[in-house]
Amino acid sequence: MPHTNQPLFLARRSYRRRRMMDAVRVLPLFGTVLLMIPLLWRPAETTEADTAHGVVYLFAIWALLIVSAFGLARGLAPALLVDEEPVGPDGSAAAADAEAG
Amino acid sequence: MPFNVLVAVSLLYVAFLFTVAFVAERRARGGLASWLRSPLVYTLSLSIYCTAWTFYGAVGYAARSGLEFLTVYLGPTLVFVGWWWVLRKLVRIGRAQRVTSIADLISSRYGKSNLLGVVVTLMAVLAATPYIALQLQSVTLSFGVFASDTPEGWALPDQGATALWVAAGLTVFTILFGTRNLDANERHHGIVMAIAVEAVVKLIALLAVGIFVVWGVADGVADIMRRIDLSTIADWQLRPGRWAGLTFVSAAAILTLPRMFQVMVVENADERNLATASWAFPLYLMLMSLFVVPIAVVGLATLPEGANPDLFVLTIPLTEGAGKLAMLAFLGGFSSATSMVIVAAIALSTMVSNHIVTPLWLALRVGSARAPGDVRGLVLMSRRLSIGAVLALGYTYYHVSGGSAALASIGFISFVGAAQVLPAMLGGIYWRGATHVGAALGLVVGFGVWLYSLFLPSFGPAGLISADVMALGPFGLVWLRPQALFGITGLDPLLHALFWSMLLNTAVFLIGSLVSFPGPMERLQGVAFINVFDQSSGPGGWSRSAAEAEDLLSMSQRILGVEEAQRFFQAQAAAQGKLGFLPDPTPDFIARLERQMAGSVGAATAHAMIAQLSGGATVSVQDLIAVAGEAQQIKEYSAQLEAKSDELARTARALREANDKLTELSVQKDAFLSQISHELRTPMTSIRAFSEILMEADLPDDMRGKYAGIIHDETRRLTRLLDDLLDLSVLENRRVQLNVGVANLHDLITKAVTSASSTRPERVFVVQRDAASEHMPVFTDTDRLVQVFINLISNARKYCDAERAVLRIEVKKRGTQAEIDFIDNGAGIPKKAQSLIFEKFARLTDTSHAGGAGLGLAICREIMANLGGSIDYLPGQGGAAFRVRLPLKRKG
Repeated sequence: MPHTNQPLFLARRSYRRRRMMDAVRVLPLFGTVLLMIPLLWRPAETTEADTAHGVVYLFAIWALLIVSAFGLARGLAPALLVDEEPVGPDGSAAAADAEAG
Repeated sequence: MPFNVLVAVSLLYVAFLFTVAFVAERRARGGLASWLRSPLVYTLSLSIYCTAWTFYGAVGYAARSGLEFLTVYLGPTLVFVGWWWVLRKLVRIGRAQRVTSIADLISSRYGKSNLLGVVVTLMAVLAATPYIALQLQSVTLSFGVFASDTPEGWALPDQGATALWVAAGLTVFTILFGTRNLDANERHHGIVMAIAVEAVVKLIALLAVGIFVVWGVADGVADIMRRIDLSTIADWQLRPGRWAGLTFVSAAAILTLPRMFQVMVVENADERNLATASWAFPLYLMLMSLFVVPIAVVGLATLPEGANPDLFVLTIPLTEGAGKLAMLAFLGGFSSATSMVIVAAIALSTMVSNHIVTPLWLALRVGSARAPGDVRGLVLMSRRLSIGAVLALGYTYYHVSGGSAALASIGFISFVGAAQVLPAMLGGIYWRGATHVGAALGLVVGFGVWLYSLFLPSFGPAGLISADVMALGPFGLVWLRPQALFGITGLDPLLHALFWSMLLNTAVFLIGSLVSFPGPMERLQGVAFINVFDQSSGPGGWSRSAAEAEDLLSMSQRILGVEEAQRFFQAQAAAQGKLGFLPDPTPDFIARLERQMAGSVGAATAHAMIAQLSGGATVSVQDLIAVAGEAQQIKEYSAQLEAKSDELARTARALREANDKLTELSVQKDAFLSQISHELRTPMTSIRAFSEILMEADLPDDMRGKYAGIIHDETRRLTRLLDDLLDLSVLENRRVQLNVGVANLHDLITKAVTSASSTRPERVFVVQRDAASEHMPVFTDTDRLVQVFINLISNARKYCDAERAVLRIEVKKRGTQAEIDFIDNGAGIPKKAQSLIFEKFARLTDTSHAGGAGLGLAICREIMANLGGSIDYLPGQGGAAFRVRLPLKRKG
């Protein structure tokens, strides 16, 4: 029955979007923690020079953030079109709410 | 490379940019430039964050402080990957409120307070000066590299002149493109396109130099890694405070720098571009920083000791003989510097002209009515002058500070200054309790601390703050030393300034907001900002529908009334030559209609209604407030009308009552007159009849004597009647002369009983009295009082129909009054007649039987009223009962 499947499909999509919104909110927090790890470094005191590793670490985190942001932005761009809450033609946002809660 | 070629190439490059900007502008105006609104152009325009500081300064920074330079790019990266938090809201607010600058944002959020706009503008201009100086310095340095034979010979004699020329050239370019037209949205397509091209140029240039260094000079990635660990950079000091603090300040700066706000929010054409920029801009930043460490490492290793590391990007290709690459690098640096200066100057000039010049001009111009065209010219001119002034300030800073400091340290001065807006901005978009008082105090305090502890000391000991003050504090106050506030020494000066300015700024902002009270406008704006996502999805179709004459007619019919609206529309149609049809909704017609309606509903309401129908701007908060104001006035007016009509109704009722009374009095007067004539006529008739009999001659003497006696009685009765009438008239008009004296009530009653005993003396009549209670002194006209008593007692004697008539006289003292009751044991007075007995000529029984004129009780009532007391009939006492009330003490 395609008719009854329709709201289910929409609810799942808006559910996915909501989780993406959560993710995009959490991302900078993770990024901050990871990028503040150098606070624990003592590059001048290490016997073996490891600044190159530090460079690699920071750029790797950086690249990770960019890739995550890329994925989330692709997923969320449609959500910007339909404002805050993606609502199905038959008001399936309520279903999404129930699922999210 | 000859210096002239360099200049020629620069000029050619500028001409190219000019063409790009020009074409983009034309295409945008023709509506052909959808690609101008693409995410790519948006992201590239954001790259003005990477200025000459990044292009030249980052390598120098890395050579001096290792990986610390990355903080400048990691902060913005975090802000952009977290775009859902702040940027998305900022952009939405910017578009919903048509924000034209960061000063406008702050001013608009806090109730369109122009004071805040001025504060933010001044702060932004001052904070931008070191930054613009930095760009001038870097371009001058790069020119210097080419002009001299030795790579590090940047100290050429005409350095100042170069900076001046660059500043002048940039001013002209910015004025040409930044102030060509006045757009309501403050969007500059030409400029945005030009800086997007420049973004590509600087990225390619830096990548090219990086690739050249890694694979040309060094031996690939592995070699570079080895070299990094071998170089002095490997021994860099990671200072945790600086790492966290600089990440924070650059994250704050990307939100609050006026030029970033300009490209990020004001020039944003589509919100979805932000989603792309959230990863593309960090990517751009990463690519820009990718080769910074390799270039620094290689530069430190290959170039002689003492070479300026800020110029490694240029000097490495030059020493390696790659002249064309050096030229590309030069153009990259040139692009970085120019794009930043252009956008910053535009953003700042917008703020200066919108928040300082125009309000000032409008305030000074009071009275003189000028055409609106004048304002346009004024705004454009003020922007041009502001651009010049901003660049002049930058040049001055460059000149005064000596142009010798490292690029990065200059840049951070600007960042900390710009970051002072952050508390007011974030507080404004997330906290409804933020008020303009808090925002203004926070901004001023934070900015003051920044000025005192970072900006002014940056001119060096010979500058504005002397070495003495730096070491000992102002006026010998040690705890106020600019770089050791409150006696805390040993902090990094930058961190010190950042910590204290942001801490005090935030604290004052919070406290100021908590203790102050926002105005209505401010509260409305606060809600509009904080709930921006809840409101924007309104019914959009409404405002976009064009004005149809029919819609206008149906609306105005409701407001003007059907007849008048149709007459107005017909007249307008006739004026347009369309007699019999509806008029075209021309601007002229709509303006007339608005004026017409303004007469009925007020100007603001009319404007809002017409605007809704004619697809103009949606109704703004000011419009609504104006509408509310008008509605209030109308309400007040109608309340006044209502009060007036109430008053009129009251007056009419009073008049009606007065009229009724007059009518009644007239009726009473007629009745009185007929009564009087009747009363006079009866004795007169008998007197006439008997006197006619007496005139007959042959009348016996005894008859004569009897008739004369009758006539005598009748004349006495007449006299008594006339006396009573006269008495009553005097009493009623309150013109009676009272002879007040002291007497014992008991004596007065005794006197009255004795006097009244002549009435029907043949009857057995018992008077019961309680002598003990009667002894009390009264101050009154005793004769009159006795007259009342006599009347009452005589009445009882006359009318009491009991077989053994008994009159009970009771005296009571009640408060300040004496109550004297006269109660007989007769049948009493029928209830129906009780209200009549005090009226004149009221007689319950047959006239002849009573023998009085019926004025007695009326006179009693008038006497008691004159004495300040009263007389009433007491029902339900088993007989006729009257109560006389008399005040014991005289009034007045």
